[in-house]
Amino acid sequence: MNDLIERTDTGELLLRDTTRRSRRVRNRLASIWMTGSLIVAVVPLALVIGYVLVKGIGQLTPDWFTKDLPAVTRKAGGGMGPAIVGTLLITLTAAVMAVPLGILGAIYLHEYGGRGRVARLIRFMADVMTGVPSIVMGLFVYTVWTIAHGLSAFGGALALACLMLPIIIRTTEEMLKLVPDELRLASYALGNRKWRTIVTVVLPASFGGITSGVMLAIARAAGETAPLVFTIGAARKLNLSIFDGPTTSLSVQIFGNAQTPFEAAQARAWGAALTLVAIVFILTILARVVSAAVARRHNA
Amino acid sequence: MAMTPIDQHIAPGKFPGGDAASLLGDGPGRRGDRIFRAVALGAGLVVLVVLALIAASTTHEAWPAFRAEGLSFITSSTWIPAENKFGALAFIYGTVLSSMLALVLSVPVSLGIALYANEAAPSRIRRPIVYVMDLLAAIPSVVYGLWGIIVLAPFLGPNVYEPINNAVGGWPVIGWFLKGTSGRSFMTAGIILAIMITPIITSLSREVIATVPRAQREAAYGMGATRWEMIRTAVLPWGRGGIVGAVMLGLGRAMGETIAVALVIGSQTGQITTHLFEAGDSMAAVIVNQFGEATGTHRAALVGLGVVLFLVTILVNVSARSIVGRFDRQARGA
Repeated sequence: MNDLIERTDTGELLLRDTTRRSRRVRNRLASIWMTGSLIVAVVPLALVIGYVLVKGIGQLTPDWFTKDLPAVTRKAGGGMGPAIVGTLLITLTAAVMAVPLGILGAIYLHEYGGRGRVARLIRFMADVMTGVPSIVMGLFVYTVWTIAHGLSAFGGALALACLMLPIIIRTTEEMLKLVPDELRLASYALGNRKWRTIVTVVLPASFGGITSGVMLAIARAAGETAPLVFTIGAARKLNLSIFDGPTTSLSVQIFGNAQTPFEAAQARAWGAALTLVAIVFILTILARVVSAAVARRHNA
Repeated sequence: MAMTPIDQHIAPGKFPGGDAASLLGDGPGRRGDRIFRAVALGAGLVVLVVLALIAASTTHEAWPAFRAEGLSFITSSTWIPAENKFGALAFIYGTVLSSMLALVLSVPVSLGIALYANEAAPSRIRRPIVYVMDLLAAIPSVVYGLWGIIVLAPFLGPNVYEPINNAVGGWPVIGWFLKGTSGRSFMTAGIILAIMITPIITSLSREVIATVPRAQREAAYGMGATRWEMIRTAVLPWGRGGIVGAVMLGLGRAMGETIAVALVIGSQTGQITTHLFEAGDSMAAVIVNQFGEATGTHRAALVGLGVVLFLVTILVNVSARSIVGRFDRQARGA
């Protein structure tokens, strides 16, 4: 019976013989709307990726990855090294802060809090926090950190960590839900305490899903610009220190260079965009691959 | 101690022997469990602390501007930092207008894709659709902004807005809206935002549509409905609550979006107009564009814009969540 519904030719046949013309026309229009929507969404994606590839690829010489930013932005030359390192450093620092906190928070929500009042409040507030605009996170970190301690990679990392935390909490909790209770019971039956059960049984069982959620959160954070503009400053030279002095990032470089009318600066913006999109896509695709691999292992 | 369902299976007293049960108890030598629970709870509480800190610290920082301006901070549209006048109404208007335009453009497309992916697409292209939406969501907003300012805006201005403006700009009613020739404008911001929120609205609506019971669809087909009639009578009414929630989450995202809007909206301070093809400004865009050179009350006023933005997006998100939550309970049949 499913076959009858899903086989399009049967559908067409039935439709032609049994329905009035106006109903057939409306059905046709709806189909056009649905397929048309997909095309409408794919066009900008293709255009954006196409432009970034075509205009950015010429920038990616060895110098691009190793040299400092040029002193004069309107002239060609120099590289994007400090921004690439800055993006990786800031995102990594943010992940180091947000990932353990997020996973522990999710463990509390699912393994301890359950449907209790505290857990429900935290869950709701995590959802609210997901909706806080990234620029507000930037202003927040500016007021509590940057005013007192100055511009640094750490300020940007704090802001990104705040953005990542609720996402990691909620996706990790979803993954913990998928771990069958039988595993926990079996572990208890072997004499494991609850914390050992969580660390040695529950977390490994949900490792793939958690990893993929974490990578998606990191990918999103790596592309953020607004929280970094007031917190990391604008350095031209490589700064490997997390706490000391301003640094820069790919996203901030794109933002700055995009606003200038100079050809060389715009070219640099496209190159930075290609580099950033590559980093983000690699993380996103890795996340997909990890979760698909884990799903296969589970089904096998 | 709050208990999850699984703990209750082995809660103290349930087993005659009692020993297995005490694994979860708080007796001596159970320090590991207590510490672990406290650490996990602490991590969860960080969320509450951070949210409270956001509200408190930004409000405190913005206080000089709020005190100086009073209510006119949100009712006046005169924003002249040199004269210490900070009325944010025009920016609030710009935020609302650009996000509404984004919704108008994005909702039909998102809903169409969600329905196509769940109801009409051949099964072998359903996964690719999800991948495409994922990629669309993964592109950083600054990259959309870059494309918008260098490619889209210079194209739309002379090739789309100008002809439309010349053709219908003088007409009553629609002429009030379709006027202006600026490439960087409310409309361009709306288009870029629409591209950015489409994946969110699509994936959330898709999840909602996927929960429609199979029997309900087949019942509609059984009555002789065409596919569209089935969607209209069996799918859409069921998913209405969840779809509204998804759209509102998209709205929240659009209102807070900063960088892409800052690049393409045109940065025309103090502009309240119905003309969609003219330059304007939004709250988030003003913050990021003016923060660098701002000092004193001006800086406080910009943080104040952040406070207003924070409150508005929280309001939108909380209502969206409660709509989605109500839908979830309804879908579970509770």
